[in-house]
Formats: sequence, C-alpha cells, structure tokens
Amino acid sequence: MSRATEVLQRARGAVAGLTRLRTAAAAAVDRVPGLARVRTAAGAALRQVRSRTRPPDVLPRGWAVVARKELADHLHSARLFVVAGLLGLSGVAAVYAVGGAIREVAPLASEAPSLFLRLFIIPVENTPFAFVNLVALIGPLLGIAFGFDAISSERNQRTLPRLLAQPIHRDDIINGKFVAGIAVIGMLLTALMAVVAAVGILRLGIVPSAEDIGRMLVYLVVTVAYIGVWLAFALLLSIVLRRAATAALSAIGAWLVFSLLAGLLVRMVAGVFTTEGTLENLELRQALSWLSPAIIHEQITAALLRPELRTLGVILPEQAFRQIPGELPIGQSMLLVWPQMTALIALTVVMFAAAYVAFLRQEVRV
Amino acid sequence: MTDPVISIQGLTKRYGDVVAVQQLDLEVRRGEVFGLLGPNGAGKTTMILTLLGLTEVTSGTVRVLGLDPTRDAIEVKRQVGYVPDAVGFYPNLTGRENLRYTARLGGLRDAEDRISEVLDQVGLTGAADARAGTYSRGMLQRLGIADALLRRPPVMILDEPTVAIDPEGVARILALIRSLRDEHGMTILLSSHLLHQVQEVCDRVGIFVGGRLIAVGSVEELARRLAGGRTVIEVGVAGDASAAAADLGKVPGVDKVEQEGPLLVAVCRQDVRPQVAAALTGAGHQLRHLRQRESHLDEIYHRYFHEQSN
Repeated sequence: MSRATEVLQRARGAVAGLTRLRTAAAAAVDRVPGLARVRTAAGAALRQVRSRTRPPDVLPRGWAVVARKELADHLHSARLFVVAGLLGLSGVAAVYAVGGAIREVAPLASEAPSLFLRLFIIPVENTPFAFVNLVALIGPLLGIAFGFDAISSERNQRTLPRLLAQPIHRDDIINGKFVAGIAVIGMLLTALMAVVAAVGILRLGIVPSAEDIGRMLVYLVVTVAYIGVWLAFALLLSIVLRRAATAALSAIGAWLVFSLLAGLLVRMVAGVFTTEGTLENLELRQALSWLSPAIIHEQITAALLRPELRTLGVILPEQAFRQIPGELPIGQSMLLVWPQMTALIALTVVMFAAAYVAFLRQEVRV
Repeated sequence: MTDPVISIQGLTKRYGDVVAVQQLDLEVRRGEVFGLLGPNGAGKTTMILTLLGLTEVTSGTVRVLGLDPTRDAIEVKRQVGYVPDAVGFYPNLTGRENLRYTARLGGLRDAEDRISEVLDQVGLTGAADARAGTYSRGMLQRLGIADALLRRPPVMILDEPTVAIDPEGVARILALIRSLRDEHGMTILLSSHLLHQVQEVCDRVGIFVGGRLIAVGSVEELARRLAGGRTVIEVGVAGDASAAAADLGKVPGVDKVEQEGPLLVAVCRQDVRPQVAAALTGAGHQLRHLRQRESHLDEIYHRYFHEQSN
C-alpha cells in the first residue's frame, strides 16, 4: 500500500516537473522576439506561396465540394454503424459457418476447383442464405440508407434554397450526393470483402488464386453498381416525396418486392400466360426476370463465383448429357453475363437520370 | 449613381393556372435599400427566385447587374448574396463549419479569416463554434446574413429578414442592414410583410399585392400621394372640444376637422401647426396636444390594399 502511494507521488512529481518545463519553454520562445517574428513571417510566406500556386478565380468543381461534405456526414452518421454492423456481422458469420462446413469435407474435396469461392456461395447449414445472398439482400438497404433523405432533409432543414443560391450548377448537388453515396457504399463493401476473405483464409487455410481474387473484385464492382440502382432510386424518392419517412417506407417496400418476392412474382405471371413445366414457361420466366435488378445481380453473381457455370439459359437434359465438367476462365465467365452487367449499369444510369431530371425540374418551393 | 442594379420589365410568372407575379416592372438603384412589401402569398418570394435564376420566368425580362439570371446563373449567384425566407443551416455543424461549406462552394481561398470577419460583423463570434441546431431564430438569420456576405457581393437580397424574431433581434438586423448600405455601399432588396418593422431602413418601398406592384416610392412620397398632398394634424384641448373644433376650422389652410375620441383631427393644405397653436390659445383654449400625424406604413399599406380590393 505504502509502495503504491510512493509510486503515485513520484509520478505526480514527474508530471508537475514536465508542466513546469513546458511553461518555461513557452516563456523562452516568447522571450526571444526574433522567434515569434520568424514564425509569423513563415506563416505569411506559406500563405503567399499557397495562393500563388493555386490558379486565381477558378470555380471549384461544385459536385466535389458537395460530395466531400456528404461523405463526411455519412462517415459520422449513426446509420453507417447500423448498416455496417448488420452487413459485417451477417457476412462474417456466414463465411465462418460455411468455412467450418467445408473444412470437414476438405480432405475429400482437396482437388475440387475454386474451393475458396465456395465460401461465398454455399448456404449456411439449415438456412437458404449463402454470403452472396446476404449481401444481395442487405446491400439495397445500404443504398436506401444513404439516399432516402438526401434532398428532403435539405428541404426540411431549409438549407436547399441557400445551397441553390451558391455559385454552383444545380446538378452539382445531386451529382455530389450520388458520388458520396457510391463512395461510402464502395468503402463498406471493400472492407467487408477484405475481412471476409481474411476470415476465409484463416478458416480454410488456403489462399485464393489470382483468378479467384479477380472474380471477387469484379463481383465487388458489380455489387456496388447494383446497390447504386437502389441509391439512385432512394434519391429519386427523396426528391419526389417531401417526407423522409414516406420515402424510406416506399423504398423498403420496393426492396421487399424486388429482393424477396421477385422470383415468386415472375413465376406467377409466367404461370398465368403459359403452362408450367413447358419450355415456353421457362423462357417467359427468363424474359421477365430481366425486369428485376435483383435477379440480374443474382445471375451475374452465379456466373462470377461459380466458374463451372457455362450457361444461364435453359438446358435440356439431352444437351447436358455426357458433358465434361470443367471451369471457365474469368474472361469467359464475364462474357457469359456481359448482357446482364451492361443491363445493371444501364439500370443504374437510368435510375440516376430519373432522379437528376426530377431534381432539375422541381421548383425550389414545393 | 442611379444606374439600376436590378431591373425587371413585364415580369409574369405562372405556376400552372396560378399567376404568382403579373406584369411587374421594377428598378432598384445602386446603393439603396429597397423594401418589397406585401402580405404573405403576394408573390414576393417568387419574384426574388426569378432574380437568382432559381425559377424560370413565364414572360418578361429580368436583369441583375446587367446579367440575365437564367442564362448567367452562376455569375449572378456569385454577385448576389441571398438570405432566403426562414434560412436554415445544418444543425449538426457549428456556425463556423456551415460558413466553411459555403466558402468552399463559392471557391473562396484562405476563407478562415473572412469567416471570422463576417461572424464578427453580424455579432456571432461568441457562438461561432456552437452547433447551428442550438441557435435562436434571430441568430440563424444573422448567420444567414454572414453566409451571404462571405463572397463580398455588391447586391444582397433578404427575404423576410425579421419574421419570428424578438424585437431586440429585429433591431440588430435592421442596424446591420443599415451598416451594409452606409459602410459597404451595398444595394439591398428586402421583402417583408411586417411593414412597420422595416420602414425605417428602406429608402424606397414597393407595395406588392396579388402579384402586382401597386405603388413605388419613398415612405413619405407614398403617404403624401395617399393623403392627396395634404397634412393631417392632431389637436388635443382641455375642456370644450366642439368649440375648439369650430375655432380650428376657421384657421386658414385647414380644410376639414373631425373628432376622433378625445382628439380633433384637422386635414390641412400644408403644415399649419404654428397658426393652429396661435389661433387656439388666442381663443382661450388650453392646448394639450399638437402633432403632425406621421405616415405610418401600415396605414399606407392598408389603404392601398383596400383601394386595390374595392
């Protein structure tokens, strides 16, 4: 006890000594008149150099200023922690569980190709969800979270007229907001993929091949584009609907319909026009599924992360008869879903264009 | 000195079937404070939005500093400081941070000194690092003015600058507006429906009702025009008011005498207060009150408004 007190006292003495030293140093700096002058002069010189190196009177790119501010807002927001937590927990848990399952059968499947990618596509035991399904399901929520009140909050805080009166183009505001949303979504997904890959490497003890990494990167880009559709959709709602709550509810409703019920709806509509089990029925189903970004994304995911997948079309048993199993190289897998990838990016562009036009045509006072 | 900073000719703006502004002609001269006065929904804000190119005109021409706001929107917005009706700021950012964002959007270099300067100018230095969410309405309004001042614009447009602010806050804002004109030579257009609050700072006013500008001029001019070039004098006497009224009517220059409660109101051709005083005391009345009735803008506005609606 007495020893502890002694140590404490010594520590206090040391702190007091340091404080004295600092005060003395500051006083010394003040006492030397030249030093303060040098500091002021250096500051002035620095400022002059800075103003000279920057071209005079160049208007900043307004969207970049808006995006920077929005990104800072997103990174400080509570909603970032909510969606990151949701996505991170479910993703890591899924890969951890699947990793364990694969490990048990690993000796039997040591020659199996692209074992690493299996981590992401095998469903967790007793659930229908693999990692990719969870991302496809939760991803749109990210887009909605960072878009649903983008413009309506500016209206409700009465900052929009002031913002519009700044010397920037009107579209800088919506462009900046979209860029900031995409940036934060990209950061989150990249971090998630990195963490999940690390967990997978630790669980499985195998390192992904260069081709596996390439496939994962393309998957990452495509998924950001997919979430971009939802971000643009949420932005559109935030422009059209004045109340953020209404916009959030509408967006979540659309998310439910497209993410969970799309397959069911397609099956139902196809069933109305054709007889189930026929070739026409399957083809109609395939055509209808082009209407859902969720299904398009699912197809791209399948082709990218299952190298053995050779077609997304209808295959008759006689066509698959005596087919030799094998893997496609990454280029061929991408070629397989090239139309889907184009469609997804086009959908993002179209959705953003709709938001853009709505914003530009809207009166300041609504 | 009299070149127009803002000039509007034949401006009409329709929202669907609703006509917000109708055939408006207006000029605001350099270095003056012009008050756009009218009830809510008269089209004041719509007119202001057309000046900034934030809404398209249906017909007519608008020029701000010789520029067309719909075509040279960015240049106009650079030269005009705008404080919108019930201006808002991001509640999670401090006053200083809010201004920093505006400075970046406006492309200001080395903005920190300028930000401190404008904060000082509007008297918000003490609250600069508190979150804007904690500001009172009056402080937000002053922050709005600071925000508009950042780029040192030669023209300032304030939409309803005194609404929902306590009297002390109103006085501060009016003093600020006056100093902007006198010390910085700014041209200021302000809109308000609270006429008595702003009449003292306005060099000229325009009465704006139902999308039309029905009268333009200085407060005194409008008052004179309303009274038909006459002066109104209030007289109060102790004792027999009706006898005093009869004597008052005999004073040369007095056209009409009416009794308003304890006061006698005389409508005169010019200011005949000395003659009235002499005549009444000469006739043995005890003069208690003698005052030339001032042209109160509220009165002017009500009169114009009634004339218009009748």
